[in-house]
Amino acid sequence: MTPTPETARTPEGAEGMRSVRGDSLARRAWRSLRRDRMVMLCFAVISLYVIVALLGYSGLLPDMQERVGTKYEAPSLSFAKLFGTDIFGRSILYKILAGAQTAMTIGFIVTGISLPIGISLGALAGYYGGRVDAVVVWLYSVISSVPSILLIVGISYVLEKGITAICIALGVVSWVGLCRLIRGEVIKHRSREYVLAVRLLGAGDATIIFRHILPNVFHLAIVTASLTILSAIKSEVILTFLGVGIQDGSSWGTMITDATGELVSGIWWPLAGVSLAMFLVMYALNVAGDALRDALDPKLID
Amino acid sequence: MGAYVARRLLQMIPIILGVAALVFMLFTSVGEDPALVALGQHATPEAIADLRAEWGLDQPLWMQFLDFLRQIATFDYGRSFNTGEQLTDMFRQGALVSLSLTVFPFLLGTLTNVALGLLIAYFRGSLLDRISTAIFVGSMSISYLVYIIAFQYLLAYKAGVFPIQGYETGLAGVRYLLLPWIIILVVSAGPDIRIYRTVFLDETQADYVRTAFAKGASEASVIFRHILKNALIPILTHVVISIPFLILGAFLMERFFSIPGVGDIMITAINTGDFPILKGLTVLIAIAYAVFNLITDLLYAWVDPRVQLS
Repeated sequence: MTPTPETARTPEGAEGMRSVRGDSLARRAWRSLRRDRMVMLCFAVISLYVIVALLGYSGLLPDMQERVGTKYEAPSLSFAKLFGTDIFGRSILYKILAGAQTAMTIGFIVTGISLPIGISLGALAGYYGGRVDAVVVWLYSVISSVPSILLIVGISYVLEKGITAICIALGVVSWVGLCRLIRGEVIKHRSREYVLAVRLLGAGDATIIFRHILPNVFHLAIVTASLTILSAIKSEVILTFLGVGIQDGSSWGTMITDATGELVSGIWWPLAGVSLAMFLVMYALNVAGDALRDALDPKLID
Repeated sequence: MGAYVARRLLQMIPIILGVAALVFMLFTSVGEDPALVALGQHATPEAIADLRAEWGLDQPLWMQFLDFLRQIATFDYGRSFNTGEQLTDMFRQGALVSLSLTVFPFLLGTLTNVALGLLIAYFRGSLLDRISTAIFVGSMSISYLVYIIAFQYLLAYKAGVFPIQGYETGLAGVRYLLLPWIIILVVSAGPDIRIYRTVFLDETQADYVRTAFAKGASEASVIFRHILKNALIPILTHVVISIPFLILGAFLMERFFSIPGVGDIMITAINTGDFPILKGLTVLIAIAYAVFNLITDLLYAWVDPRVQLS
């Protein structure tokens, strides 16, 4: 196993050239992502699901409670019956779309909760060290030693079952990984020359952390975001199956739960439909996460 | 070494206290009165008061918390709200069942996944690498629930190759466990092999590899004597830290295949609001997690002379 050319270090000169051209990490990352058709396709799929969720909030998705046919119709070529109907004659496709709205909502809200917590606690702990660090490390040690399923169930007992409880619960448990990463990186950065330089120029702690250090570690947050969305969607399905999740039926978890009984009577289309819908968005998020990591990792560039 | 272990054990105390406080807040003072739930709407106030006294719910909260800490320290978690069974016995029996479900596929899976990870890392960039990456990402994009439902339906219900569900102790029980084992192996292959592949790739880029080649070592010797040996350190960490979660078992698997392990106990407790079970289980797993974290660090220092315990 000899080192391959693509992983060999670039000479210092090339680095210098690039910064003269003023190419940011983000712009370079975008260029390398755009070259890969598969990655662009995956971004398109994710956007499609986001659009479905937005349509749902604008009231433009068809009503999933509406009867479009008779009980358990197999898939046919009309739009509403593309994936057949359920026990009440409701369209499986409409239920899948409603589930997509729920899944994307949870994915983005959970990420929106956990990212700021993870970034700020990680940055504070890494930058200040000492007692601040001890408290943050204690906090995430406590959270990571409790199995997340039990923690989430506990939180959803406190806050009435439903989408709010799920979002808060998943948000509370999912900042730990990012916090660890950011803390480790900030510890490395805080004694680098550029930080010492801005401090000598009179910059305050907040300026150093937010304007100088965080931009250098922010790529970790972007990569983590795609994985957080992914795992939030997965967790919601399992929590709903366990009965502590979404209660109104607009969830892929409810559909999968129902499918266990239906499969025995040969009703395969609800499970097939919902599995396909989940597979597409999870595959896209997986590929996007990998591609972002490769594109944004400063060690791997060119 | 002794001093290090002692200090690490002391450091566990604030973490376990934190877990205890968290769990106590979540599973004690909230929601409906468990005595009312257990006895039903038509119970007399006296009966409810009696049951509350029996479970210690009439005590002030700080007394209940101290009592909970005493339970943690003595490994005696009290009784289930629903069945009145001694929790310590329930957990012990459940843990054995869960381990019989999880240990075998864990060991076999680790061996095959490490081997496959090494193989795929060796052929990095090739067609094999690209196809397997696509397959693994695909396999990671399917919900765990869908795997269980599909495998149970196709292999047990339709094809009849395996029993649909059930559990027996001893060798006779293996036939019930075969299908869950297969599912665990299939589900863990994707994420594990990807991790191990990355670990091996990181090692192939290390300086010692170039040195080994430069001094004329053969490829086989570099792979097995240098890379594999060094890669064992991150692999070991990954493996040891997964062990506490083997006790919780594959809880969804236990539910679908009616395997009476800890995971099944947990799901039943979630559905019935049996708080003593949820509290005890959470703390037990947190302790196991802390202990195995320590073991990981000790192993680390043992296999890697560069690591200093301080």
